[in-house]
Amino acid sequence: MNDSSNAPIDSPLDPMPCAVVVGASSGIGEAVARKLAQEGHRVALLARRRKALDDICKEINQQFGKTTAVFYPHDVTKYNKIPALFQQVLKDLKHIDLFVYVSGVQHRFGFSEYDFEKEREMIEVNLLGAMAWLGQAATLFERMGRGHIVGISSVAADRGRVGNPAYNTSKAGLSTYLEALRNRLTRSGVHVLTVKPGFVQTELLKNAPTTFGVISPEELADDIWRAIRRRRQVIYAPKWWRLIMLIIQHTPSFIFRRLSF
Amino acid sequence: MKNNVIPSILPAERLSAIENFGHSISCPVYLYRPVLTEQIADLFEQANKTGATIGLRGAGRSYGDAALNSGGVLLDFRRMNRILEWDPEAGIITVEPGVTIEQLWRYTLDDGWWSPVTPGTMFPTIGGCLGANVHGKNNWKAGTMGEHVLKFNALLPDGRQVTCSPKKNTDLFHAIIGGMGLLGVFTSITLQMKKVYSGNLDVYAWAEPNLKAVLEATDREKENDYIVGWVDCTAGERGLGRGQMHSANYLKPGDDPHPAQTLNADNQDLPDNLFGLIPKSIVWRFLSLATNNLGTWAGNTGKYLMNRTIGHKKRYLQSLVAFTFLLDYVPNWERAYGKGGLIQYQSFLPKETAYEVFTDILKLCKWRRLPSYLGVTKRHRPDKFLFSHAVDGFSLAMDFKVPPRRRSKLIQLTRDLNKIVLEGNGRFYFAKDSTLTPDAVRSFLGEATVKKFKRLKSQVDPEGILQTDLYRRCLGD
Repeated sequence: MNDSSNAPIDSPLDPMPCAVVVGASSGIGEAVARKLAQEGHRVALLARRRKALDDICKEINQQFGKTTAVFYPHDVTKYNKIPALFQQVLKDLKHIDLFVYVSGVQHRFGFSEYDFEKEREMIEVNLLGAMAWLGQAATLFERMGRGHIVGISSVAADRGRVGNPAYNTSKAGLSTYLEALRNRLTRSGVHVLTVKPGFVQTELLKNAPTTFGVISPEELADDIWRAIRRRRQVIYAPKWWRLIMLIIQHTPSFIFRRLSF
Repeated sequence: MKNNVIPSILPAERLSAIENFGHSISCPVYLYRPVLTEQIADLFEQANKTGATIGLRGAGRSYGDAALNSGGVLLDFRRMNRILEWDPEAGIITVEPGVTIEQLWRYTLDDGWWSPVTPGTMFPTIGGCLGANVHGKNNWKAGTMGEHVLKFNALLPDGRQVTCSPKKNTDLFHAIIGGMGLLGVFTSITLQMKKVYSGNLDVYAWAEPNLKAVLEATDREKENDYIVGWVDCTAGERGLGRGQMHSANYLKPGDDPHPAQTLNADNQDLPDNLFGLIPKSIVWRFLSLATNNLGTWAGNTGKYLMNRTIGHKKRYLQSLVAFTFLLDYVPNWERAYGKGGLIQYQSFLPKETAYEVFTDILKLCKWRRLPSYLGVTKRHRPDKFLFSHAVDGFSLAMDFKVPPRRRSKLIQLTRDLNKIVLEGNGRFYFAKDSTLTPDAVRSFLGEATVKKFKRLKSQVDPEGILQTDLYRRCLGD
């Protein structure tokens, strides 16, 4: 910064918006973090893998200025660490405008397999971790009277299917939780967005039995950013999933329970 | 990046949204409202261990970000509001930092004592006023509020308690006063009040046709107890900076036939309606109709014509409260600036450069179509405090509406104004500021002053727990 007069300086009257992305070390979270940085946000990246976060942050900071991205290694199932970590992030960023919960796992299940440990991990990461974090974000945004909460659910949330009961449950739970948050927070001016992607080219995809219409995480991140700006409530990505899920949701059980997808 | 997570968790129920006085900045803080020095000491101790930051806030009447600490702890001192000692013979009062100017005059006026220095509103706390070392319309005659402090006790961030006076711990005395709550917290303050013999002031009002005349009149009349100019920043070329002047003087013993009546605090109260009709609590809603370029131009022009004709060269008696706390006439007037709020831009220029610089400032604002809706000029003199804003010269304070969609335009304007002011050897005032950068601060305070402040800060606050948004913005590394 040689010519400080023309450099964009953080003014208290127009502070740089700040975002937190939980589950940012790869896939959708990484793409969202990069997109937000590109759109002028300061971003805090949280995930388990320190090395991956470090690399992403370095790249972002190289591209957009040296204090754009910070990271915090964190496992979302360590629930009791979350309040303190939230405070630390708030202290470092000074304020938070956007909170994105992306963390999610999907295990592959055999047709008649019931493995509680795998099921529990999905519920813990996809749902309980989300509750632990979004509760913190909701408290802050409600007091501030503004903010955006984004949760990455899935088309899998819309119907319990034969392939992966616990994954369906975790995402259905997350969708319902987000809807309830929306209903609680809308009167405080807080926007809550539920994102229901179909197949996205991420690590989770290898555990999906069949795939079609796969989109890249970057495409999804663009959709999410557009939805945030327009204060949409629920989006499907790509859009046509809304029609498919409408049909699936309205398929009567006497047919649906005999289908094998 | 430091990754030490705060081990002892601040309670989520303390999380609050706090705004600056101008409603143009809001931030999340963990808000505490202590009543005892021990509670503050506990919080300091905890912060020293955990790395939390603590900001100090009085009544929150700073225009900028001086009393905000985004993402950290904020101490609101309004509950520490006891008057500890009062000597009605000598006019010496000892108060806790959360006592407001209003509490102060209501308490002492009956005995014939008035606050020697006050800002234009009675709502700030004494602790806040001294943190910013405020001045009033009598800056030339009476100096800043800090010059009337006989002594104070302060709790330092490292846990020590000190007593400071102009003769004891003088370095800290001159740095904590005006130190914006970054070096320590006042726990008790002893002030020398000003003897008055009437609750009224002898006021003289007249109009001046342009900025040059306003500044000349301000200088010529500076030996009055109070002198202030209300400047029209929207007027056209020739009349730019035209305005109304007010000078005022205390009454001498015997001038007031009924001092006991006028010194009765109840008789000082501002009326609670306008024209005996409109409740004042709603007046700001009407004012908001005028907070645009056209409305202000019309209002200012109308006012000027009135001042030029029926209000010209008028002498009258006005109560101390009505003259001093003009801003309080319209409660919540700052709300009239709408959702984006307002900022105030006040610059202090030496008398040699003031006219040119203020002219450039007013012209640039008009050129950018962001004129100030209220301008105030005062006469100043230097003082001995570390973070002094005063010069031997004039100040021009301007209120700007923050347009919600054109924030960047206003920010750019204030950056450009800063350059003009610094080139004219001007200074700034942290209580009002929301536009300075570290470079600008070093430029007007001087490297030596900033270094001295940082040395003092590292002595009394080695962990750097006392922080505010203003501190990080202006004095960060």
